Amino acid sequence: MTLRLFIPVDAGALAVGAEEVAAAIRTAAARRNVAAEIVRTGSRGLYWLEPMVEVETPAGRLAYGPVAPGDAESLLGAILGNGAHPLRLGPTEEIPWLKRQTRLTFARCGVVDPRSLEDYRAHGGCRSVQRALSLGPQAIVEEVVQSGLRGRGGAGFPTGIKWRTVAQTEAAQKYIICNADEGDSGTFADRMIMEGDPFVLIEGMAIAGIAVGATKGYVYIRSEYPHSAATMEAAIAAARRGGLLGNRIADSSCAFDMEVRVGAGAYVCGEETSLLDSLEGKRGVVRAKPPLPAHKGLFGSPTVINNVLSFASVPIILDKGGAFYRDFGMGKSRGTMPIQLAGNVKHGGLFETAFGVTLGELVDDIGGGTRSGRPVRAVQVGGPLGAYFPRALFDTPFDYEAFAAREGLIGHGGIVVFDDTVDMAKQARFAMEFCAIESCGKCTPCRVGSTRGMEVIDRIIRGENRAANTALLEDLCHTLKFGSLCALGGFTPYPVMSALTHFPEDFAAPPRLQAAE
Amino acid sequence: MSTMHQGSRNRDRTPWDKEIALQCIREHLDREGPLLPILHAIQEQFGYVDEAAEPLIAETLNITRAEVHGVVTFYHDFRREPAGRHVLKLCRAEACQAAGGDPLARHAETRLGLSMGRTAPDGSVTLEPVYCLGLCAVAPSAMLDGRVVGRLDERRLETLLAEAQQ
Ligand SMILES: Cc1cc2nc3c(=O)[nH]c(=O)nc-3n(C[C@H](O)[C@H](O)[C@H](O)COP(=O)(O)O)c2cc1C
Ligand code: SF4
Ligand code: FES
Repeated sequence: MTLRLFIPVDAGALAVGAEEVAAAIRTAAARRNVAAEIVRTGSRGLYWLEPMVEVETPAGRLAYGPVAPGDAESLLGAILGNGAHPLRLGPTEEIPWLKRQTRLTFARCGVVDPRSLEDYRAHGGCRSVQRALSLGPQAIVEEVVQSGLRGRGGAGFPTGIKWRTVAQTEAAQKYIICNADEGDSGTFADRMIMEGDPFVLIEGMAIAGIAVGATKGYVYIRSEYPHSAATMEAAIAAARRGGLLGNRIADSSCAFDMEVRVGAGAYVCGEETSLLDSLEGKRGVVRAKPPLPAHKGLFGSPTVINNVLSFASVPIILDKGGAFYRDFGMGKSRGTMPIQLAGNVKHGGLFETAFGVTLGELVDDIGGGTRSGRPVRAVQVGGPLGAYFPRALFDTPFDYEAFAAREGLIGHGGIVVFDDTVDMAKQARFAMEFCAIESCGKCTPCRVGSTRGMEVIDRIIRGENRAANTALLEDLCHTLKFGSLCALGGFTPYPVMSALTHFPEDFAAPPRLQAAE
Repeated sequence: MSTMHQGSRNRDRTPWDKEIALQCIREHLDREGPLLPILHAIQEQFGYVDEAAEPLIAETLNITRAEVHGVVTFYHDFRREPAGRHVLKLCRAEACQAAGGDPLARHAETRLGLSMGRTAPDGSVTLEPVYCLGLCAVAPSAMLDGRVVGRLDERRLETLLAEAQQ
């Protein structure tokens, strides 16, 4: 009997040695004359346990991790024997961290072979595009509206409403664009989908195409993600061969095809209009709105532009119905959110759950506190434009409106954990620096004000005219907030002001001493 | 099409050649918005975008040279001159800062005698900052010639630095 093993090819697993582990296990199996098939999957998202090795048993998959190449011999021995091993984690689905989640968008990630359309089909894939074809455009849009799905890229705009606008705009050519620029520090959910379950994204985009009458799609992937681009290319080719893309998708009269485009290292190109210009071959400068991309997008044509997670959530909505999805969540935040725990965190990874879980539960309970073992002092939620939250605000529920009410945002769902050695004045300075590096240059407050902001913070840190310079910084933030065309300039005040408001002591004292290593 | 433009080592790159550059350009002409794919192809081929590529592209795409130049200089990825044989990117974004990335970056700069964005005089390595590699749950992270490395500590960094200096 052939042994079936599963080892991720996800970049996060590769970064901690998954390739070396796969090679060592292959060698160990050959030495013992054991026939072993190693299926390369995405990651389950339990990164502190990567590289994780799973083995197929009659009772389901069993997991081991984190595995080092030197463990290969003993691990194989255990797998062929009674299964006992110090790295044994038990049945994968029973690992509490995974079991507590509600995996709708990530149901297949880490389970299937990301390059095999057959595997995708065997795990329930492609049912939704069939249902979409039988429903017809209008009913698809209504189903997505009913689900309450809001854009997962950051702004939280209702996806169904966006689709309806494009569907109702007459044009000979329309486009579906997937925003896979994922530039926010602390986020990697888009990457995991592209490397772990790319067909769910392709299916979601194809459904969007059917819904609005678009035949051409693009996935704009940041250049920092070469593994994602390669997996998407392979999956698109497989989808064409298998009839999920092409002139007659799923044997219908509808046509839809798509292409990968790679960015070039500009954070601002994640902003939708800048992305459009970049795709057109221009500098990634933000466009003034209106016109909305839904009316005049790529090359002036009506365009649906959505985040990877927004598209990837559509198949489950079509499969189970909008009401099923809407029943998860709280308030106006419906469904589940793939939350990403990152930075100095003990249990870092992807945690998909219904909206409403509190920040404290996420950081202390699910994240397990810091990896360094020191107290958690601050967390930044929602990427480089998101606010820093102190422990005092850990009762905030994960919900678009609740975060906005506390001068923050959930953005793309990333949470970066910092311990008590963090210097918040330095973090505030970095926010300004990042804005200066990445500004598209269109608005003066963003282009010039960010550099000014760095200088002012430097002066505050040095103790020069603290009161006056702090007032100046607040003023500058006000100008950025109201004088910027897009959220790069407009939201940079969030990390800066939250650091200043919640951690004033870091701006008033001599620089904190680095903790002893 | 190759999207692994950051993947291969720079030592495998060819010196500037007009004919090869024209081939890179022609390969993408039937695409909508071909400029970025062309620039990526050229950088993949030569390791950088030579100034001489700009008029070639401008002429073929029927746009001004200034437009091409504007695009090349807008994006952080496109290099104006050859990089080292190795390119070491260290993540400088928040999740990696939280996990101890700052002292590691300083260490790399000191050890290589280079500040971020510079190439060693012997042409061995270019040291670059990168703002997030999506490896934030295994931070701090780095990328050496397209190979990703997570849970960076001083020991793992030393290994990378030794490799990069070859
Ligand atoms: C500076 C900036 C960067 C952004 N980066 C991204 C990104 O990397 N990915 C993304 O999906 N949206 C990003 N956005 C949001 C997009 O502009 C847009 O709202 C989103 O792509 C719409 O898709 P959604 O409705 O599915 O979220 C960014 C916005 C700004 C202002
Ligand atoms: S706020 Fe900054 S990034 Fe946004 S449009 Fe203005 S200059 Fe460009
Ligand atoms: S912040 Fe360094 S990998 Fe994301």
